[in-house]
Amino acid sequence: MSIAAVLKQPLKPLLTIYDEGITRDQISNFLKALGLPIIGLLIFLFLWQQASNSIVTSLGNFPGPSEVATQFKNLVAEHKEERIKNEKKYDRQRIRNEKKLANDPNAEITWREYKSRVTFFDQIGTSLFTVLCGFIVATIIAIPVGIIIGLSANTYAAINPIIQTLKPVSPLAWLPLVTMVVSAVYVSDDPAVSKSFLVSMITVSLCCLWPTMINTAVGVAGVSKDLNNVSQVLRLGWMTHVRKIVIPFAIPMIFTGMRLSIGIAWMVLIAAEMLAQNPGLGKFVWDEFQNGSSNSLGRIMVAILVIGLLGFLLDRLMLTIQQWVSWDKSAIVR
Amino acid sequence: MKNYFLEITEASIEFPTPKGPFKALDKINLGIDQGEFVSLIGHSGCGKSTVLNIVAGLYQATEGGVILEGKEVNEPGPERAVVFQNHSLLPWLTSYQNVELAVKQVFKGSKTKAEMKDWIEHNLTLVHMEHAMHKRPDEISGGMKQRVGIARALAMQPKVLLMDEPFGALDALTRAHLQDSVMEIQNKLGNTVIMITHDVDEAVLLSDRIVMMTNGPAATIGEILSIDLERPRNRLSLADDPQYNHYRSEVLRFLNEKQRKVESFEEAKNKSEKTSTSSKVA
Repeated sequence: MSIAAVLKQPLKPLLTIYDEGITRDQISNFLKALGLPIIGLLIFLFLWQQASNSIVTSLGNFPGPSEVATQFKNLVAEHKEERIKNEKKYDRQRIRNEKKLANDPNAEITWREYKSRVTFFDQIGTSLFTVLCGFIVATIIAIPVGIIIGLSANTYAAINPIIQTLKPVSPLAWLPLVTMVVSAVYVSDDPAVSKSFLVSMITVSLCCLWPTMINTAVGVAGVSKDLNNVSQVLRLGWMTHVRKIVIPFAIPMIFTGMRLSIGIAWMVLIAAEMLAQNPGLGKFVWDEFQNGSSNSLGRIMVAILVIGLLGFLLDRLMLTIQQWVSWDKSAIVR
Repeated sequence: MKNYFLEITEASIEFPTPKGPFKALDKINLGIDQGEFVSLIGHSGCGKSTVLNIVAGLYQATEGGVILEGKEVNEPGPERAVVFQNHSLLPWLTSYQNVELAVKQVFKGSKTKAEMKDWIEHNLTLVHMEHAMHKRPDEISGGMKQRVGIARALAMQPKVLLMDEPFGALDALTRAHLQDSVMEIQNKLGNTVIMITHDVDEAVLLSDRIVMMTNGPAATIGEILSIDLERPRNRLSLADDPQYNHYRSEVLRFLNEKQRKVESFEEAKNKSEKTSTSSKVA
C-alpha cells in the first residue's frame, strides 16, 4: 500500500457514511466500539478508587485516580516553571553582557550554558531516545545474523544452543557485567554520551535482539520450495537470490520479530535505567521511591501510567509499519 | 540413429528413504523433435512430475540422462523454462515485475532497457494479461496468475517449455480459455513443449504425441500415441470428430487397463489370504 492509502484508512468509514448514509447497525456497532471500553474504564477507575482508599502505606494512601490526576498536574506545572526559570537565567545573562558591551565595547564577554534541572518530560525524552538507540543497535546485529543462520542449517545448528541459553537472561543479571565493562573500556575526559546512557542502551540491546534474530531466521528458512525452484531455473546468483527472493519473502516475519523486540526493549529499559541511573523514567521512579514524600506514590503511579501508555504507542507504531510492509495479505496482522 | 532435439535416454531415478532406496522411474526413453507438443499422462503418483523435473534439471537422474541439442542437461536453466502447478509468482511483485525478473536475468547485456520493456509487454499481451500488468498476485485470479506464469516462461525464450499440470488448479471454463491460448501461442511461436496433464481431453486436443506412463513405483513409458489431427484444432468441431474420439478412447483404455491389471493381482492376493485365514479358524 502507498503512504497515501495508509493515511486515508481511518477516513474510509467517514467517507462511506458521507456517500451512503448511516444504518442502524452501524450506529450500534459504533456505540459498542466506543461505549464498551468507556464502561470498562469507568468500572476500573471506580474499583481503583475504592481499593486506594482502603490500602494505607507508611507514605499515605495507595494513590487513587484523583491523586494521580493531581500529581500529573503538578509535574506539568513543575516542567513549565523550570523552563521559565531557565529562560529568565538566559535573559539575565544577555542583559548583563549587553551592559558590559555598552560600557566597554572591547570587554570580554562569556556565554555560559545553564544546565536546567531535569523535569519529568525531559526524562520521558531521554527514555524514548535510549530505547530507540538500543533497539536500532539490536536490529543492526539481529537481522544479518538471523539471515545467515536462516540460510545455513549448519550455522543454525552451531549457534542455536548459544541463542537459546542467552535469550532467557534477565536484564538485571546483565547489568553488573555491562557496567564494569563500560567503566573499563569507555574512559574519556569529556564524554559525548554518559556512561549510564551506554549501560542502559547496551542492556536493552542485549535483551531485545533475540526475537528479531529468531523470527528473521524462521522467515528466511521458510522460503517455499517453489520459489527456490524459480530461482534455480532462472539461475540467479547467490547474492541476487538472497536480495530478490529470500529477504522480501522474510520481511513480514522480520517485522513481527521487531515488534516483539520493541515491547521487550521498553520493559527492559525501565529496569536498566533504575539501576544504571540513566536520567529517564526508570530513574524518576527510583528517585521518588528514595525520596519518600507524601507525593511520591502518586508521582510513581503517574510514571507507571505514562510508561504503559508510551509502550502501547511504540507497539502501535511498529504495528502500523508492519502492516504497511507486509505483502502477505492472507496473514492477519493486528 | 535419429538425432532428436531433446532426448531422454534410459533415465531412472532412485530416492533415498528411511525404508531404503525408492525407485521412482525405471528406464525412461523418449525422443522429442523441435516444435513438437508432447503430453505426459498417467495416474497420480506415477512419476510424471519427476520426469519433468529431471528434464528441467531440478532432479538428477541416478541412471541415464537427458540430452538437449547434443549437450547434457544436469542443472536447471532458463532454456528449459518451467511453468509450475502453483504459479510460483513472487507475491510482493506485480505481474510486470515478475516477468521482468526473468527477462533481466536472461537478457542482461543483450537487450536494452527499452527493448526489455517491449519484450515484457509483448509476452504479457500474448497471454492476454496486458490490462492487469501492474497488479499483484493477490489481486488477480488463479487463471490470471497461471497466465503470468506462462508469460514469464515464454519471456525466457526457452528451447523447451515444460509445463507441470499448469491448469490443474483451475475450473473447467478457465482451463478451456487457457488451452486455447496455449494453442494460439504454439501456433505463433512453434516452441517445443512437454506438458503434464491429468485431463485426457486436454492431452488429445493440444498434443502431437501423448506419452502414457505406467503406474508407479518404478514407472516407465507404457505407450506413445501419435495424434494426427489437423491444426489449428477447434474443440467444438472436434467433439463430433470420430478420429478425436478414437484417440480419447485409446488413452482411456490404457489408463483403465493398467489400473485393472494391478487390481486383479491384488484380488488374487486377497483371495489366497482369505482361504488361509478361514482354514486357521477351522
